[in-house]
Amino acid sequence: MPSSRTLYDKIIDRHRVTPLNDIEGPGEQLLLYIDRTVLNEYTSPQAFSGLREAGRKVWRPEAALGVVDHVNSTAPDRTATAPDADAQRQIDYFARNGRDFGIEMYDVLHPRQGIEHVVLPELGWVVPGLVIAAGDSHTTTYGAFGSVGFGIGTSDIEHLLATQTLPYTRLKSMRVTIDGAVAPGVTAKDMVMAVIRSIGAAGAHGHALELAGDAVRALGIEGRMTICNMAVECGARVALIEPDEAVVDYLAGRPKAPKGELLEQARRAWTGLRSDDGARFDRDVRIEARDIAPMVSWGTSPDQALPIDGTIPDPAALPEAERRDAERAIAYMGLQPGMALEAVTIDRAFIGSCTNARLTDLRAAAEILKGRQVAPGVRAMISPGSSTVRREAEAEGLDAIFTAAGFEWRQSGCSLCLAMNDDVLAPGERCASSTNRNFEGRQGSGGRTHLMSPAMVAAAAVAGHLADVRRMPRS
Amino acid sequence: MTKPKTERGFSRLTATAAVMPAANVDTDVIMPKQFLKGIDRAGLARGLFHDMRFDADGSPDPAFLLNRPGFEDCRILVTGPNFGCGSSREHAVWGMLQYGIRAIIGTSFAGIFADNAANNGLLLISLDEEAHGRLAAYLAARHTALTIDLEAENIMVDDLVLPFAIDPRRRRAIMLGLDRIGETLAHADAIRAFQTDYLAAAPWLA
Repeated sequence: MPSSRTLYDKIIDRHRVTPLNDIEGPGEQLLLYIDRTVLNEYTSPQAFSGLREAGRKVWRPEAALGVVDHVNSTAPDRTATAPDADAQRQIDYFARNGRDFGIEMYDVLHPRQGIEHVVLPELGWVVPGLVIAAGDSHTTTYGAFGSVGFGIGTSDIEHLLATQTLPYTRLKSMRVTIDGAVAPGVTAKDMVMAVIRSIGAAGAHGHALELAGDAVRALGIEGRMTICNMAVECGARVALIEPDEAVVDYLAGRPKAPKGELLEQARRAWTGLRSDDGARFDRDVRIEARDIAPMVSWGTSPDQALPIDGTIPDPAALPEAERRDAERAIAYMGLQPGMALEAVTIDRAFIGSCTNARLTDLRAAAEILKGRQVAPGVRAMISPGSSTVRREAEAEGLDAIFTAAGFEWRQSGCSLCLAMNDDVLAPGERCASSTNRNFEGRQGSGGRTHLMSPAMVAAAAVAGHLADVRRMPRS
Repeated sequence: MTKPKTERGFSRLTATAAVMPAANVDTDVIMPKQFLKGIDRAGLARGLFHDMRFDADGSPDPAFLLNRPGFEDCRILVTGPNFGCGSSREHAVWGMLQYGIRAIIGTSFAGIFADNAANNGLLLISLDEEAHGRLAAYLAARHTALTIDLEAENIMVDDLVLPFAIDPRRRRAIMLGLDRIGETLAHADAIRAFQTDYLAAAPWLA
């Protein structure tokens, strides 16, 4: 074991049940103990069916929690009945699997229902130093707490449930350091979009990505979650931020967080959770925070993004390897090379998703929307990250600001981020969206997505076109 | 009780290959959302590349590569970098296999997609850019079958022979169709012992 280790390697070492090959360092195969998982109704059903067919039990039911989030309605007056029969069947089977295998499940009407990666942290169930694997790619979110989180498919959900472990190959390590302080109007979303644009959609492929630097440390826990969440969009299988006192403060008083003497004991154990001075990173990238501006995506891959004052690129001017994909993206998006981003008009505005629908995100949007109106012809909606966020926002009066501005104030779920429920873009509709993926068809077949921060979505909704939040003073 | 989940093991495959060079092809495009609402694995062949493969009225788009004459028996894709990025949905891999795709040759594959492929016996081969470029250029110039030999670890098309490397565990799983959960449960005593010690040392997790 090397004397100087990265945070990632320390956590993996601590969870190694047994080695599976003779390699040391990246490429080492091992049986990895998984502390916790969260289940959803759409990637888990076949895993439970597999357990039944093989006559297997769940190894540690108390290490799993299920939340309905992907297919449920977000209608303000929703009931336990799903938008369609297929969704209902998934929800019903999910509930049955919870009962049969002894796993706690939050159904659609549970007071703590919400998007899985919003719900777990707000319960205080994500603490530093864990390994959390779950059937959703945005499990990287938990890096905000100094925990290794990674997405897995259904076969590995079954494997994890049956054994509490996964055969695992150690990743290489990469560090992105964001030095300095960001300018006003620049958020965690802009920081991570700038990182993705800088290193590319596969820039951290095969790596565990540690985010470091003053600009990252200055973020609250919710901003750190935004960054780690979207790190998967540059190919990082794991994202990590060194845990500090802000994490401990965040955990205080949360229902599933350790308390009293146990918390003190945990805190002492957590102090070593940092990359050692001299730890070796296979790649090390530095970015100046002051160079980051509010970002919007123009294409169909999250790295096809620019500062808001930019123009749609001319594919002919791009490197040959990017040209054909850029041409296709511009055609799909219905744009023209050379067009100013701020001239792009929108039909829809959406604030939601596991990336950007926590309370601080909603507050940032409300600061822009207070006393303003959504532009005529734009349909705007907010789906809070969880039912808890929804209650907290209402207690602060944010819902009144949103509805007065013309936003729909909806219930919680993944909603229009991936449009598995009835929140869908019509073909050709263009949406300013606080979500994480601008893939073709992501928000609906033929739909066009521009990714940006919640405040930038609010600004676009008011302007009726992509707009620079820095020129729209906060109330 | 421990029957193999993949009974489609192979060591040699000869089939038509289709070249799809786009970078960052994501699993939303490979398997769109409308095919994710089952509780089993059925019916996913239709979903593969659905929104590119079919017109709005549901008829095959003749311009899409897999719909063109000569690609009816396509079993191999030659893809661009970072193939399979995005969502963790294993439906993308299930759909590939149900459609008939048995192997994908690229330069890099997104991590979750690669794990899902390994768990289902879909062979992924990563070539370096130079070798990949030669193969793609060769296939673009003529319509021909290629052979993947897993024992010899090479790809053959006419006189072009390209070696590749594959993780031995993944190769074995493709060739034999292993029961990975059964393999892990052979370590059940070690897992139990680890867990006992681990939770004793971190009682806030117990």
